[in-house]
Amino acid sequence: MATPDREGPFREAAFRDPARASAMSGAIAKAVSALGRSPVTVMHVCGSHEQAIAKYGLRAVLPRELHVIMGPGCPVCVTDAPEVDEGVALALQGAHVATYGDMLRVPGSSLSLADAQAEGARVHLVYSVDQAVGLARRIRGEVVFFATGFETTAVATAAAVSRGVPSNFSILCAHKYIPPAMDVVAGIPGSKVEGFLAAGHAATITGWSVFEPFVARHRLPVVVAGFEPLDILAALLRAVERIRAGSPRVDNVYPRCVTKDGNRRAQEAMWRVFERADGRWRGIGEVPGGSLRLREAFGGLDARRRFAIDATGLPARTPRPDAAQCLCGAIMSGIASPGDCPLYADACTPEHPVGACMVSSEGTCRIWHEYGGHPDLGDIT
Amino acid sequence: MCLGVPGRVVAIEGHTATVDFWGVRRQVLLDIVDEPVSVGDYVLNHVGYAIRRIPDDEIAETLALFEAVLAGQESGDLLADGVRSEIAGTGAGGDGDA
Repeated sequence: MATPDREGPFREAAFRDPARASAMSGAIAKAVSALGRSPVTVMHVCGSHEQAIAKYGLRAVLPRELHVIMGPGCPVCVTDAPEVDEGVALALQGAHVATYGDMLRVPGSSLSLADAQAEGARVHLVYSVDQAVGLARRIRGEVVFFATGFETTAVATAAAVSRGVPSNFSILCAHKYIPPAMDVVAGIPGSKVEGFLAAGHAATITGWSVFEPFVARHRLPVVVAGFEPLDILAALLRAVERIRAGSPRVDNVYPRCVTKDGNRRAQEAMWRVFERADGRWRGIGEVPGGSLRLREAFGGLDARRRFAIDATGLPARTPRPDAAQCLCGAIMSGIASPGDCPLYADACTPEHPVGACMVSSEGTCRIWHEYGGHPDLGDIT
Repeated sequence: MCLGVPGRVVAIEGHTATVDFWGVRRQVLLDIVDEPVSVGDYVLNHVGYAIRRIPDDEIAETLALFEAVLAGQESGDLLADGVRSEIAGTGAGGDGDA
């Protein structure tokens, strides 16, 4: 048996170097201090950024004046309840519904897909769209891929479609496109966000130049960031410097993956299959141009056309009495943090989530619950 | 769902690469990767697709960028001396884990 290669990806360890991290931390403190005010708020829009920030405890080495908050970066969380309802209805109508893992427990306005599965509906967890295509090749029934996520998963869906799918395969498309949601969040009246970290992997697809119109519109700096501790600290330092200098622009501190123009081959696949449309993001509301839908040429693969999806007949659900207190929407908009929510870690836990932010491993509340959101080294030293 | 993971290509057959992720091997499709991929290359994987070949020299470029960011070269500022001395003082791994 071959020995597993344990050297390879450890190349990433260079991006966890404590000496550089310590220097970055000191540099950020000085830059924030030079700004001379509080808070200075920088928003990232990616669950993987929040996971890295929380897992490595990065907030503990940031100055208190610097607020690093997560915006609408959890693809599961922003999938709107009516979209979940469509998936549930299709499953209850007899289709095999295949989707990514976290989608199972996301609440719809009636049942979740997990609830539907418990009632006998055929819901399949897949790691990749190709597993859903493979399922359709193996069985006779209709397989609907409930396609969620941002650019990085949309290109995968597009690639699978481009390669060819069997006739019993269709797509319930709930893909979202990130840049327009940044516009919506930046435009929230009273927003304190002074700079953005852009998600490095979505930008691997789109290229960093996609953010230039945003910078011009909002006069806010955007720094494209990777996912290792140094990537994030370097991006925060650059963002604070841009804020201080009053010279907003797009900076790319993730050049090992992100180029100005991005992955053109992936873009071509994505835009050949999908087009942008207006749509709703859970917790954010209407996002003009923030949803992807199948182009007319691929209309035959659209589950919304192939099936008469009747979500109106789903059983009425009595919401938990405390659900109205859930702050998921405000948290995803960067207005509140999990600690502001009266339900967080009390009535709302990963085992019994109230809102989508506690369901998904990419949701702010779930990540904070797992790792702690804002560790204070003063508490332990 | 959205997790991007770098790994090293250990075999290629047609449009499918076998990629090593910290000792775990998975099949990754090469349909939409930006450049031709060879055995030994690093790729960034998202939901079963390689979306980027990560060239060795760009690892170095990113690390060099960090030094530039720290040195404030691009923004012409402030922090350079203090940070450089801090790096110099901790470069051997001394108190770098503070």
